[in-house]
Amino acid sequence: MTPLLQVEALSKYYGHHLGCADVHFTLWPGEVMGIVGESGSGKSTLLNCLAGHMPPDTGRVIFDTRDHGPRDTVVMTEAERRWLARTDWAFVHQNPRDGLRMNVSAGGNVGERLMAVGARHYGDIRAQAEDWLGRVEIDARRMDDRPRAFSGGMQQRLQIARNLVTGPRLVFMDDPTGGLDVSVQARLLDLLRGLVRRLGLSAVIVTHDLAEARLLADRLMVMKDGRVVEEGLTDQVLDDPQHAYTQLLVSSVLHA
Amino acid sequence: MIEIADVGKRFVLHNQGGAVLPVMEGASLTVAPGECVALVGASGAGKSTLMRMIWGNYRCDEGSIRVAGVELCNAEPRAVIALRRQSLGYVSQFLRVIPRVPTVQIVAEPLLAQEVGEDVALARAQAMLARLNIPQRLWALSPTTFSGGEQQRVNIARGFIHAWPVMLLDEPTASLDAANRAVVLALIAEAKARGAAILGIFHDAEARAAVCDREVDVTRFTPLRGEAA
Repeated sequence: MTPLLQVEALSKYYGHHLGCADVHFTLWPGEVMGIVGESGSGKSTLLNCLAGHMPPDTGRVIFDTRDHGPRDTVVMTEAERRWLARTDWAFVHQNPRDGLRMNVSAGGNVGERLMAVGARHYGDIRAQAEDWLGRVEIDARRMDDRPRAFSGGMQQRLQIARNLVTGPRLVFMDDPTGGLDVSVQARLLDLLRGLVRRLGLSAVIVTHDLAEARLLADRLMVMKDGRVVEEGLTDQVLDDPQHAYTQLLVSSVLHA
Repeated sequence: MIEIADVGKRFVLHNQGGAVLPVMEGASLTVAPGECVALVGASGAGKSTLMRMIWGNYRCDEGSIRVAGVELCNAEPRAVIALRRQSLGYVSQFLRVIPRVPTVQIVAEPLLAQEVGEDVALARAQAMLARLNIPQRLWALSPTTFSGGEQQRVNIARGFIHAWPVMLLDEPTASLDAANRAVVLALIAEAKARGAAILGIFHDAEARAAVCDREVDVTRFTPLRGEAA
């Protein structure tokens, strides 16, 4: 089997300030990897470098493309990276406003991504958009409403539909339940878990929430000060943490 | 099916002065297909630690743990995940679920991961819940508000829904009434009859006598406390 994503010696500096340093990992098809660590630990920097939103200073990000096999996305042309971002990749932002077009209807938000990869038949696009709104539990009657009329949880579900409609193979998520009420979080988690299983998706998920990491991720990477301090099977990292920082992180969780 | 040789483990508590706690050394045992082996020993002797090392959520520091032919010490996460999906089942003492997921879905989940069709998986989950005397009106509800005994039975239903070749059972009959205890003992006997290798912790001596072929006392794997230099 070919790894879906291979990251080698990836580093990113902001001037003299370290974003993330010397990150290595291999993600296999169907795997969901969580990245945990406190704010400023480099999680989002890493995610943005992986997804091609910013160039790393050093390192390789080798993605197994559908058409041409493993390719280093760091040295691709911008046009090639943008094509990947519309087809094989998806990116779910913490704030749905960053991933949605707020002035376009819910159906339009989903349909737009289909049109970006060449869909032209209005009826098909509308039918697929309706199907995806249903899968993320948004009533089809809301299809022509704009996302600003939606609650935060609905906006986040719409962002997920917009991202998954083109059948990506790798989904990047930046704290997808971060801004939501606890009651809405559970629903979104259940939905994400079901979609990941049914579609056989691979994902890299940045999260603050260790319980969420346990439910969604097969494996976990713990970051501190821009470096990966521990990684492994999710329940092994959480139940038997080896590094001082992971031990602190796990023992600091308050149980309601 | 389970082969453990010279396994050792210690905890290093970095945030408590770097204290080193050796918790296991020289642990060795085997469980054959169709056999049920009970781990015994006083509380704190390491029964649960050993079970967790076999499940893979505790790291093994030295030695070898082979389950269904797969080496678990220093295994890649994906090897452990594949083993859990296909070969290794675990009935823990506590149910960990997402609050809104219906009981029947929770029970069917290990089957859905086997690429069994949803209809078949749900039908088998319903049959298992019925056998464990969970009232039908509860199947569509999340088990988060169920009683301790009901949650334990949901956990058992989930643990026995798939014919795992290797099973780990952590107190499967705790907090069950006599009728449900008998159902669980029958499930264990059926798993043995189909050739499953079972390792368990059973504080309930009668249950242990009913289904276990032999006992392994983990006290002999417990390092001497207070003598480490």
